[in-house]
Amino acid sequence: MATSTQIVEKETYLNTDFSIKSWLLTTDHKRIALLYLISITLFFFVGGLFALLIRLELLTPAGDLVQSDTYNKLFSMHGIVMIFLFLIPSIPAVFGNFFVPMMIGARDLAFPRINLLSWYLLMIGGSLIMYSIVTGGVDTGWTFYTPFSTEYANTQVVAAGLGIFVAGFSSILTGLNFIVTIHRMRAPGMSWGRMPLFLWSMYATSVVQILGTPVLAIAVALVFLERVFRIGIFNPQLGGDPLLFQHLFWFYSHPAVYIMILPSMGVVSEVIPCFARKRVFGYAAVALSSIAIAVFGFLVWAHHMFVAGISAYSALVFSLLSYAVALPSAIKVFNWTATIYKGSIHLRTPMLYALGFIGLFTMGGMTGLFLSSLGIDVHVHDTYFVIAHFHYIMVGGAVMGFMAALHFWWPKITGKIYPEVWGKIAASTIFLGFNLTFLPQFILGYLGMPRRYHVYPADFQVLNVMSTAGASILGVGYLLPLVYLFWSLRYGRDAGNNPWNAAGLEWTTASPPPTHNFDETPVVTWEAYNYHQLPAMPEEETIGASGI
Amino acid sequence: MPAESSHANVVAGHAGSIAVPPHALRHHFADLEQQRETATLGMWVFLITEVMFFGGMFAAYLVYRVAYPVAFQEASQHMAFLAGTVNTAVLICSSLFVACAVHAAQTGERKQIVFFLILALLLGMVFLGIKAVEYHDHWVEHTVPGASFQFQGTDPVHSEVFFALYFVMTGFHALHMLIGVGLVAVIIYFAWQGRYSPAYHTPVENVGLYWHFVDIIWIFLYPLLYLISHKHIY
Amino acid sequence: MWLKIPLWPSEASTISRNVDALFVFLLSVTGGVTLLVFAVIVFFLFKYRHTKHPVAEQIEGSVPLEILWSVIPLGIFMIFFGWGASIYFAEARPPKDALDVFVVAKQWMWKFEYQTGQREINVLHVPVDRPVRLTMISQDVVHSFFAPEMRVKADVLPGRYTTTWFQAVKPGHYHLFCAQYCGTQHANMVGEIVVMEPAEYQAWLQGGNAEGSIASTGQKLFQELGCISCHRFDTQGRGPNLQGVFGRPVLLDDGRTVVADEDYVRESILQPGAKVVAGFKPIMPTFQGVLSEDQLLALVAYVKSLSVPQQAEPVTSRPPVPPAAGGTPIAQ
Repeated sequence: MATSTQIVEKETYLNTDFSIKSWLLTTDHKRIALLYLISITLFFFVGGLFALLIRLELLTPAGDLVQSDTYNKLFSMHGIVMIFLFLIPSIPAVFGNFFVPMMIGARDLAFPRINLLSWYLLMIGGSLIMYSIVTGGVDTGWTFYTPFSTEYANTQVVAAGLGIFVAGFSSILTGLNFIVTIHRMRAPGMSWGRMPLFLWSMYATSVVQILGTPVLAIAVALVFLERVFRIGIFNPQLGGDPLLFQHLFWFYSHPAVYIMILPSMGVVSEVIPCFARKRVFGYAAVALSSIAIAVFGFLVWAHHMFVAGISAYSALVFSLLSYAVALPSAIKVFNWTATIYKGSIHLRTPMLYALGFIGLFTMGGMTGLFLSSLGIDVHVHDTYFVIAHFHYIMVGGAVMGFMAALHFWWPKITGKIYPEVWGKIAASTIFLGFNLTFLPQFILGYLGMPRRYHVYPADFQVLNVMSTAGASILGVGYLLPLVYLFWSLRYGRDAGNNPWNAAGLEWTTASPPPTHNFDETPVVTWEAYNYHQLPAMPEEETIGASGI
Repeated sequence: MPAESSHANVVAGHAGSIAVPPHALRHHFADLEQQRETATLGMWVFLITEVMFFGGMFAAYLVYRVAYPVAFQEASQHMAFLAGTVNTAVLICSSLFVACAVHAAQTGERKQIVFFLILALLLGMVFLGIKAVEYHDHWVEHTVPGASFQFQGTDPVHSEVFFALYFVMTGFHALHMLIGVGLVAVIIYFAWQGRYSPAYHTPVENVGLYWHFVDIIWIFLYPLLYLISHKHIY
Repeated sequence: MWLKIPLWPSEASTISRNVDALFVFLLSVTGGVTLLVFAVIVFFLFKYRHTKHPVAEQIEGSVPLEILWSVIPLGIFMIFFGWGASIYFAEARPPKDALDVFVVAKQWMWKFEYQTGQREINVLHVPVDRPVRLTMISQDVVHSFFAPEMRVKADVLPGRYTTTWFQAVKPGHYHLFCAQYCGTQHANMVGEIVVMEPAEYQAWLQGGNAEGSIASTGQKLFQELGCISCHRFDTQGRGPNLQGVFGRPVLLDDGRTVVADEDYVRESILQPGAKVVAGFKPIMPTFQGVLSEDQLLALVAYVKSLSVPQQAEPVTSRPPVPPAAGGTPIAQ
C-alpha cells in the first residue's frame, strides 16, 4: 500500500507491462498501433533509400551510377515497399487502430486478436519482400505486367508476389475490423451523423480495402502460379491475354490509391476544425464525398490502360467516370476552405501540414484532370508527368496527412509535446523540398521523358538535377521529425488530456490513455466538432502546464 | 471446463435462463447480444471479401469462355461428369447437415450438434477425396496444363486455358474446403466439451455460414466447368 | 540557362498543336482555379488569424453553395472530357489513304518493315504531309511506341496487333522511345523518326534492298508452306478461298460473325481451331512455332492484297494463283 505522500504514477497503456511478450502478444489496439508505427517507419526509410539512389543515378544522362538491371530493381522495390509496406497500412493501421475505438467511445476494436494477426501478416509479408530484396531483388516494376513478370523476368518475382499476397490479407483484416467496429460498437448517442469525419473516411477506406484487395490477391496468385507451373492465363503463346492481368491488377490498384488518400483526407477534416476552432463546413457533403470516392473509385480502373489496346468506346466511358470521381475530392477542398472562413486560425504544425496537404493534393488532383482527358493522356501516359502527378498525391497528400496526424495526436499517444519550432521548420523543409523534387517532373513528362528510364537525352538534365536537389532537401525534412519526436519522448513537456482543446472523445481521456480507454462508457449528447462549447486553443507556451 | 456449466448448457430451455459460461463474454463488449451481432457481421464481411477473391477467377473464366466457346465446350466434355454431379450432391447434403447442427445449437442439444457436424465433416472429406481422384485422372489423361498437356480438339491451345482455370478455381475452392473441414473439426471438439448453449453458439452459426458459402461457390463452379456441353466423354 | 530549358516538345504532327492547345487550356483553367483557391485560403488565414479574430463563427453549411461548386466543376470537366475524347477518336481512325508500315518490337529494338520490302532497325523513315499507319506487334513482352513530338503513343502487345497513326508536318529527326517497361535495356530501346520531303523519301525508297514487297514475300510463303493446296482460288479447296476475304465479315461455324482483319488472319494461322469458317472442317494444322512475326506480317499483307479493291474488275477473269500486286507499295 503506497503511503499518502508518494506520487502514484497513473496507469496508462504504456506502463502496465514493459515485457517484450506483453507487446508482441498484445491485443490492445493502442499497442498494436505503435507496433505498426515502428514497422512502417522502418519500411519508409528503406523505400526512401531506394528513392535516394534513383535520384542520384538520374543526376546524369548516362547510366553511370548503377547497372541497368540494378536500376530496374531500385524503382521496382521503391514502389513495392512504399505502397504495400508503408502507404497502404500507414494512417489506418497507426491512427485508425489507435483512434477508431476511442473516437466512438469503445474499449477496443471488434476483433482485437484479428487486429494483432493483421500486424503479424504485415510483418510476414514485409519479411518476404525484404527477403526478395536481399536475395537479388525484383525488377518487374510494382505493376508486375505480364508476360514480362511471368515469362521473362528472372528475379525474385515469386517471393515478392507472395509477400504482397500476405500483406494484402493484413489490409483486408484491418478493413474488416474497422467496418464491424464502426457498425456495432459506437457508444450510446454516437449516431452516424455525430461521428467525426475521420471515422467516415476510415469507413470508406475499409470498404475499399475489403472489396479491392482480394482481386489483387488473385491477380498476384495467378502470376506466381503461371510462373511456377506455366499455365498460360496471361501468356499469348499459351492462349492467354496479357491485358487480362492489367484489368485484374488495376481493378485493385486504382481503388488502392483511394485507400492511400481517404485516411489523410479524414485527418485534414479533424485538424482544420481544431485549428480554426469551428465546425467543418458542410459535414454531410464531406461525409458523403468519402463514400462517393470509395464507390466511384471502383469504376475507373482502365484509365491506366487508355493506350494499352482497349477499345476506344470503353476508353470513353472510363474517361467520363474518371471526371466523376474527381468531383467529390474537389467538393472536400471547397468545404475545407469554407471551414477556414471566419474561423480563428492557429498556425501550429498539424495545421501547416493540413494546409500543405490541401495545396499539394489540389495540384496533384488538378493534374489528374489532365490525365483523365484522353487526348492528353496519350501523350503523357508512362512519362514523368504521371510520376509527378501521383507523388503530389501520395507524398504531397497522403504523407503530409500522415505527418499532420502524427503531430496532432502525438500528445495523446505519448503524453508529450513535441518542440513546436522544430515542427514548423520540418514542415516547411518538407514542403519546399517536395515541390523542388516533383514540379520539374511535370515538365519532363510533357517533354517526353518516359518512366523507368535511367538514361535520357541530354537536354533533360537540368530538370533532373533540380529534382534531385529537391529530393535531398526532402530527405532532410523527413529526418528532422525522427530526431525531435524521439527527443520529446524524453525531454518534452507533459501534454495533459487535451493540449489543443480539441473536440472528440479521444481527447476526454488521459494522455496517454489507460488500457481500457474510458473509465465509463461515454454517452454522447453533442454533435461533432462542438468547438462553440470548448475553450479556446491554449497558447503554445502554456500547453501542458496546468495538466488539464 | 467446469462441470456445472456443461450441465447448465445441456439443459434445453429458453435462452437467457441458462447460465452463460464465464469465458463467453469478451471484455470489450457491453453484452452478449452485441458480441453475437459483431461476430456475425464480421463473418458476413469476410464472406464478401471471398466473393471478390473468387470473382477475379470468374471474371477470367468469363473472358475466355466468351472468346473461345468451342475450345471450352470441348474441354468440358473431358470433365468427369459423374464425379462432379456426385460432389454437388455431397456438398448440398453436407450443408443440410450443417444447418441441422446450427438448429441443434439453437435448441441446446449438444449431442445432435456433434452428430450432424460429424456427418458434414465426413461428407466434406468425401468431396475432397473425389476431387483428388479427379485430379489424378486428369494427370493420367494429360489434361493438366503444363509441359505434359496433350489434347485432341479443334483448338487445343485454348482448351488448355480451360483446364488451367479449372485447376485454379477448384484448387482454391478445395483449399477453402480444407479450411472449412478444420473449422468444423474445432467446433465439434468444443461442442462435445459443452461450450455452446442457446445463449451462446455464435461460432457454430458463423462456421455454418462459412461452410454454406463454400458450398455456394461450388454450385457456381459446377455448371460453368461441367455442364457446358450436353455430351460427355466420361 | 533558364531560357534554354524547353517546356514542351516541338509540334511535329498534325495533332501536336491540338494536344498542346488542350494542355494550355487545361493548365489555364486548373491553374487559375488553383491559384484562386490558394489566394482565398491565404487571405482567410491572414484575415482570421486568432490574434485578430479570437472567436470563430460556427457555420453549418450551405446547400446552394454545395450545388454551385459541384455543378460548375462538372461542367468544366465535361469540356476537358469532350475535347480530349475528340482527339483520341481522331487518333483511333487512321485515314484510308495512309501509308502502311509494320512494326515488330522486341527486347530491346524496333524493327520497321515497309510495304516495299525494306527493313530497318530503330529508324523510321516517313514522308512529310502523308498519314502513316503503324501496325504493330511484339515478339516477347509488352512495349509501347512513343513519339513525343508527334504526340502519339500506343502499346505494342504480344499476340495481337495494335495500330496508331500520325502525319508529320515538318522534316527533321524526332525521338522514339519505348514507353512500357520491358526489361533490362528498356531505357535504351530508343530510336529515331526521320521525316523527309517527298522527293527525298522516294529516293530513299528506291535505294533500299530489292527483296520484293512484303506482299510478294507473303505470296512466296503461301506457296512454300503449302497453304495454296487447301486455300485454292476456286470452290474446290478444303479451306476457304481467301480472295476478297480481308476486311469483310466472316460467318463462323458456331454462329458468330467476325470481321477478317489482321488479327483474324494471324490467329487463323496460329490457332486455326479458334475461329472455323462455317461450312468447313477444323482440319487446318497450326503454324505456331514455325513462323516468326515478320513472316506472319508478310502473310497478312499477302491476304490483304487478295481483297478486290472497289474499282477493280470482278474475280471471274483471275488466273488460279494471282501474283501479289507487283513490287510496288500497296497504297501509293
